[in-house]
Amino acid sequence: MEQYEAWKALLRAGEATGWQEFYVKFYQAFIDGSRWKQYLNGVGTTLLVTAMALAIGIALGILVAMVRTAHDQQRAGKHNPVLGVLNGVCQVYVTVIRGTPMMVQLLIMGFVIFSSSRNYTMVGALTLGINSGAYVSEIIRGGLMALDPGQAEAGRSLGLNYVDTMRFIVIPQAFKAILPALGNEFIILLKDTSLITVIGGKELVYAAQAIYGRTYEQMFPLIGIACIYLVLVMIFSWLLSILERRLRQSDRR
Amino acid sequence: MIDVKHLSKSFGDHLVLDDISEHIYPGDKVVIIGPSGSGKSTFLRSLNLLEEPSAGSITFDGVEITSPKTDIDKVRRQMGMVFQHFNLFPNMTIQKNITLAPVRTGLMTQAEADEKAMQLLDRVGLTEKAGAYPNQLSGGQKQRIAIVRALAMNPKVMLFDEPTSALDPEMVGEVLTVMKELAADGMTMVVVTHEMGFAREVGNRILFMDGGKILEQGSPEAVFGNPQNPRLKDFLSKVL
Repeated sequence: MEQYEAWKALLRAGEATGWQEFYVKFYQAFIDGSRWKQYLNGVGTTLLVTAMALAIGIALGILVAMVRTAHDQQRAGKHNPVLGVLNGVCQVYVTVIRGTPMMVQLLIMGFVIFSSSRNYTMVGALTLGINSGAYVSEIIRGGLMALDPGQAEAGRSLGLNYVDTMRFIVIPQAFKAILPALGNEFIILLKDTSLITVIGGKELVYAAQAIYGRTYEQMFPLIGIACIYLVLVMIFSWLLSILERRLRQSDRR
Repeated sequence: MIDVKHLSKSFGDHLVLDDISEHIYPGDKVVIIGPSGSGKSTFLRSLNLLEEPSAGSITFDGVEITSPKTDIDKVRRQMGMVFQHFNLFPNMTIQKNITLAPVRTGLMTQAEADEKAMQLLDRVGLTEKAGAYPNQLSGGQKQRIAIVRALAMNPKVMLFDEPTSALDPEMVGEVLTVMKELAADGMTMVVVTHEMGFAREVGNRILFMDGGKILEQGSPEAVFGNPQNPRLKDFLSKVL
């Protein structure tokens, strides 16, 4: 503390050495005024938003993928009109979400649809979830379509109905196949939470901006949060690789 | 038992089955032979509606299965099917592969199904594989399990779609032995195969298909000993 004040004075006078300048700026960015707490809060919000968006995204993704595959796999001449309408809705959803930038979606949600809401973080999480759902649904659909059709045929030929065939035979195998793609989507989602700053979500980028808004020193806060994102992504990649190895075990036994 | 009337099937412009009418009687061992692309697999797969016919009707035990109102799952429970590529479920043990369908369809309790599975596994000599996963088995073992899995539903008829075509030659025998035992027990069977020895020995009726039509049919003695159709003669001269 005393050291910081003393070296800060030196820096102002233009007499600080390189090391002293580094120390002062680092102290300013992370320690002075307990600023590390702001980063910590930011990380908390980032993780919370990621988890919520992931839950919404997976739920929506499964729903949309189920509707679309069920629609495509109907027996010829046995078209269910309700499923047809639902399929249309799902197609519009996927097209619109994949066809517009995430940033624009956030701005529309924050300033047009939920303009009266003050809970920016939740609006951000909802938007990210809806966005992610479109991509997750395509990943799931790809997994379902990639599985050998003989597996579903074997299930159906035994007299199992469509739902049981999906639940016990198709989905468990498809899940294993799409896990790397889902992990990738999860990592993208984690990093995309940084965008909710534009509607006032208080996550990591918001913390960094708030700090360099006061110190006028951008390098340390920005490099700092970049490192935090990197570490988070590395931790999750590692956890995913463990999960993948677990699931593979039934193949090798 | 299975009555097929004017069955046609086309994939786009390509006519695969051309107005086939045929009847399969209880206890029949029908063997379908013919060159690749003749429509024999499509015909077999139509019998349990894995292929949706473009025209015609199929009736099984008095139920018209081609009618959209029919609950096809109920019909399929009485028709076992064995595939060329086994199609065992790699995410489950052998035991679970066999018991899943009887339990989920309410045919048996888990305990009953387990007992039935062990009985059937004993019959094909694979009791020690109950806890194994499909990927640990040889092709012949997989196919014997696939037969057991279909039998666990107590089907009235068994459909075999080239059951030995994907096997190494030394494993063909073990699968055919199981099928011959099944035939000797009186099971109604419809078999698509390239195993002419099996057709001659087990079949009571041979159907020769080419170009989506049944060109000739009769007893094994008649079909193999005194073929009439020139294309059948040509086919037999190549495979025998």
